[in-house]
Amino acid sequence: MMKAITNLVSKLPLKGLLRNMGVVLLVILSLALSGCVSEGILAPKGQVAIAEHRLIFFAVGLMLIVVIPTIFMALFFGWRYREKTQNNAKYEPEWRHNTLLEVVWWTIPCIIILILGTVTWKTTHSLDPFKPLDSQEAPVTIEVISLDWKWLFIYPDYKIATINYLCIPTGRPINFKITAAAPMNSFIIPQLGGQIYAMTGMTTQLHLYTDTPGSYRGFGANYTGIGFAGMQFVTEATSPDKFNSCVKKIQETPDTLTSDVFWKQLVPQSTDDPVRYFGSVESGLFDKIVMSYMMPGMGDNAVPDEHAIMNQSNH
Amino acid sequence: MLETFIGKLSNPHEVFPYLYEPVSQQLIILSMFIFIIIGGVALVGGLTYFKKWGYLWREWIITVDHKRIAVMYFVVAFIMLFRGFVDAAMMRTQQALASGDSTGYLIPQHFDQIFTAHGVIMIFFVAMPLMFALFNIAVPLQIGARDVAFPFLNSLSFWLFVVGVVLANMSLLIGDFAHAGWLAYPPFSELAYSPSVGTDYYIWAVQISGLGSLLSGINFFVTIVKMRCPGMTLMKMPIFTWTVFFSCILIMASFPVLTVDLALLALDRYMDMHFFTTSYGGDQMMYVNLIWMWGHPEVYILVLPAFGIYSEIVATFSKKPLFGYTTMVWASGVITILSFLVWLHHFFTMGSGADVNAFFGIMTMIISIPTGVKLFNWIFTMYRGRITFTSPMYWMMGFFATFTIGGMTGVMLSVPGIDFQAHNSTFLVAHFHNVIIGGVVFGYFAGFTYWFPKMFGFRLNERLGKCAFWCWIIGFFVAFMPLYILGGMGMTRRLYHYDAATGFQPFLIVAAIGAAIIAVGVVFQVLQLIVSIKNRHKEGYRDVTGDPWNGRTLEWATSSPPAFYNFAHDPEVNCIDAFWYDKQKGLDVDNKPKIRTEPYHDIHMPKDTAMGFIISVFVLILGFAMVWHIWWLAIVGVICTIGSVIARACNYDIDYYVKASTVEAIETKHQQEIAGAKL
Repeated sequence: MMKAITNLVSKLPLKGLLRNMGVVLLVILSLALSGCVSEGILAPKGQVAIAEHRLIFFAVGLMLIVVIPTIFMALFFGWRYREKTQNNAKYEPEWRHNTLLEVVWWTIPCIIILILGTVTWKTTHSLDPFKPLDSQEAPVTIEVISLDWKWLFIYPDYKIATINYLCIPTGRPINFKITAAAPMNSFIIPQLGGQIYAMTGMTTQLHLYTDTPGSYRGFGANYTGIGFAGMQFVTEATSPDKFNSCVKKIQETPDTLTSDVFWKQLVPQSTDDPVRYFGSVESGLFDKIVMSYMMPGMGDNAVPDEHAIMNQSNH
Repeated sequence: MLETFIGKLSNPHEVFPYLYEPVSQQLIILSMFIFIIIGGVALVGGLTYFKKWGYLWREWIITVDHKRIAVMYFVVAFIMLFRGFVDAAMMRTQQALASGDSTGYLIPQHFDQIFTAHGVIMIFFVAMPLMFALFNIAVPLQIGARDVAFPFLNSLSFWLFVVGVVLANMSLLIGDFAHAGWLAYPPFSELAYSPSVGTDYYIWAVQISGLGSLLSGINFFVTIVKMRCPGMTLMKMPIFTWTVFFSCILIMASFPVLTVDLALLALDRYMDMHFFTTSYGGDQMMYVNLIWMWGHPEVYILVLPAFGIYSEIVATFSKKPLFGYTTMVWASGVITILSFLVWLHHFFTMGSGADVNAFFGIMTMIISIPTGVKLFNWIFTMYRGRITFTSPMYWMMGFFATFTIGGMTGVMLSVPGIDFQAHNSTFLVAHFHNVIIGGVVFGYFAGFTYWFPKMFGFRLNERLGKCAFWCWIIGFFVAFMPLYILGGMGMTRRLYHYDAATGFQPFLIVAAIGAAIIAVGVVFQVLQLIVSIKNRHKEGYRDVTGDPWNGRTLEWATSSPPAFYNFAHDPEVNCIDAFWYDKQKGLDVDNKPKIRTEPYHDIHMPKDTAMGFIISVFVLILGFAMVWHIWWLAIVGVICTIGSVIARACNYDIDYYVKASTVEAIETKHQQEIAGAKL
């Protein structure tokens, strides 16, 4: 018992906590000043993400036109008309209606929403994840499958597959086709662009593009269970040459991804899976997986039995 | 064999899952057990020692008096607020610690139950009961009624809600709680991925308390439509009553959708059906659509009454009528209708296509127009007023500062292009806490402080109330602004652990500090209650007039706490804020001179009944039996429930007349108290 307590206490990174305390304020200050964040949509690196980033700041700017005066007015009126001895401000205990004023503040938000609504209509279409991106270069198709609790990527053009690792070329559009063989998840690489759900028996699409080489964090954004926090992958965006050598390297891996391997090795639950490569992939596997959930009973393949889960949560 | 009699209770893995967990987790659970046991022993011992069981039964459990039911709603809601807050504190601590090599002090299967419980409790067992408490204390009095339209149903609603609370919290002791988030998205909440009783606890707790909410919605709708006092036409109703009216329309229209959706999920889990499973053509997207068809109106169910409270408070404390009353009514109506046309904005990322997404995005931002108009009307109610800064008014000012920001981030999220990034991130978490804390919680706290003297006849300590306010608002900004930034950095919600390289930790530490500041605010609120109760007979606390704030609406026209029949004479009004003008003319509630000459009349009142409580006990048995698959007990529960409902329906001895002499005695005593206080 005592040992357990000491263990628990020693696990708490108290020192780290204290050390961080000082850093905390500095970090927030420096952030506020420079806005230098190397993660997420605040540091966009892809065509889609850059457009989304611009949209965020446009929307905020537009709305601040109303929000700042509103907050100011509320606080100022509160102060100006406060009850005190000798307040010279006017007091009109019966003033309760003014058509002109009301017309004014129905109109202002209407105008703002008219502008924002127009922008919304346009950007919703231009940033639709299903819309292919215009490009001279041929796109790379990648099939994404959300599993418990890892990401499987199949490159049908190259007949390779990876787990928890994504290698993409710069300068070419990437067409993701996304499904799941696990509970509903959401596929996102924030620095390259927004997310789309991954669901069994369904194919969703996401189109991304980047010119900037780098490694970007990708993950699942919809809670799927105890291994969810570990469903992370690195997206390596490299020049087309390096991408080709990356593909070649994976192709040399002896492992083959077949239906059998998929259902027996990958679908069962596992946490914090290391990166894994498959040098060859059974053709049409992605469509087979999607279809298996549309056939009566077939999807049951994917359903782990009760004991497997109980064991999982007990160890 | 054993399973036939006690269902899943025969499986120790199901009943005591924590026995199979690491010791560190068992210590946490052990300390919770000790806390519950001490609390339980203190409660039962206290009631027995002071011989209060009979009092509790006669005066509270069987009561149908809306004012007492309001008090009981408040009590349960505040206890649940404490539990929900402890959940929040545990999550904040875990996330502040669990960076890189450290995995914090919780295991993932506890963390997920905690975030699920936090959401479920805060919405269903804190926000909803606080709202019904405020409905109960204010609405019948504001419209000059003797009680609600269906007093027995009101008692039943309350006890059904308590059954939900009991079931949800029972999971602390036996079994576990749901782990699929507060809306239990399938297929994760299906048997395949959630085989334990946790999800069943969730389903039955929410279903049963949801039934209570639906009945309350019907009850208050009918009350407002049918029981207004003479002269109170719709456009002369107090604005809070108007917002309750709209809120009830939303409850009646949306809660059945929740009931059906959860029933379908239950059929999947109990009868092997395939509405939302991955196989046999189940459609998980259908569940998500249905749950948000209830879920979005639910937000407005909660916030509209809060808007009503702000409207009452700003007018009272500015000593001016509400600016643009008619506009306020119409704005609430527009919000009511629009709130049914926006549910899809909760899942733009499901792939509906650009046209559908754009439609729902634009509908969502249109809601901000009537909401913005409301803000301007409140601000211009203060304009050329004389504002007394009592603590309800502090909450109101806090609301202005936070809700506008929450509204702005809400409109941001309604733009699909932005939502693709912010969806499911901590930005979203920050947004909805921003509007729910800044809008709903601040509003309900303001309403609680505002109507507290009406409930108990004494005021709450102002100084401690203001301390609590400052802690809440500062704590709120410290806790949630970092989450906005973290969302921008790509932190997704519900993470029990993250890589050190992400740089999340400093922000999460700040957020945890914010939660601690809010905790201090909660301590101040508890102190406020204790100090005020201790000093309730003293000058500055005691209020014999029944009108401590110089109010404008009818609830202030009667004594505090009001006699059980509310008004000795039926009120009569001929304009908005009639009470305010009557006060200036020296008239009584029925537009007659204050000095009474005519006699009192007999008053028709409902009888107290234990049936609401008894039916709920049977429903609790049913719920418990269903959770644990004890089929024979479930059948017993169903039969007893239906039987007791029929028994109640066959009982015609449900009302009586209060003798005019009794009314006179009570009123004379009250007049003497006022006279005594003036001396």
